Amino acid sequence: MVESLDSARDLDSPGERQRRLEAIRPRLLAFARLQLRDASEADDVVQEALITAFEKNADFAGRSGYETWVFGILKNKILDALRAQKRRGKWQPWDDDGVEAAVERQFQATGRWQNIARPRSWGDPEDTLTSERFWQVFDSCMIALPDNIARIFTMRELMGLSTRQICEEAGIKENNCWVILHRGRLLLRACLEKGWLAEADS
Amino acid sequence: MKMVMCREATRLMSKRLDSPLGIQEKMTLKFHLAMCGACKQCNKQFQLMHEAGRALESQATIPSSDTDDGTDDTP
Repeated sequence: MVESLDSARDLDSPGERQRRLEAIRPRLLAFARLQLRDASEADDVVQEALITAFEKNADFAGRSGYETWVFGILKNKILDALRAQKRRGKWQPWDDDGVEAAVERQFQATGRWQNIARPRSWGDPEDTLTSERFWQVFDSCMIALPDNIARIFTMRELMGLSTRQICEEAGIKENNCWVILHRGRLLLRACLEKGWLAEADS
Repeated sequence: MKMVMCREATRLMSKRLDSPLGIQEKMTLKFHLAMCGACKQCNKQFQLMHEAGRALESQATIPSSDTDDGTDDTP
């Protein structure tokens, strides 16, 4: 049984805990970087999460996998870091930055897709999500998204917060949140398709 | 039932991932998707992006047997 691997007993040994934490560290870092968009802040939160996980080992009840539990700790640390970013004024005011225009360029005046922007098939979703190459494209497309939009998008789609929670954190109306997510998805979709299909065609 | 164009249909398929749609909205979207292949693709891609977070997390939480994946950060 898989669960028996994650019983608290096996993690009694500090050496074993350390090994498991070191093993997931790169993935935690990649996740934190996507969300915080700042490599040194991401390093800090991952470090804090790993220390917390190591020290609070007794809190791990074995109900979920060990790595899932560590991930939960990281998400809380990321949320704290986001709040700190906001307090420091690092969140720019909501200016449009040509985002609306970029979205509009995908559509004709009638509201139909422009021919060059028409979504094409990405192939099997399972294959896509398990492809290393897809995640490289995903990474670079996330970096290309404007900060404001990326922040809301990752809170929703990576951290799994509800739009209501996001509104509270970001201090915006829910309606505004839906507009931002809609634009973010359209921009990210276009970028992913370009990168992903370019690779597949070559 | 309201007929909508692709732009509005993408708004509904995005909103649906964040909040339940009303009956009118559901019908409108369903009808559009039945007729529009490009939007059907778009809808699949929005859903895939919606699953990306969970996919990232499960990649991280399923211990990999491959220990040398090029992310070794020892100097």
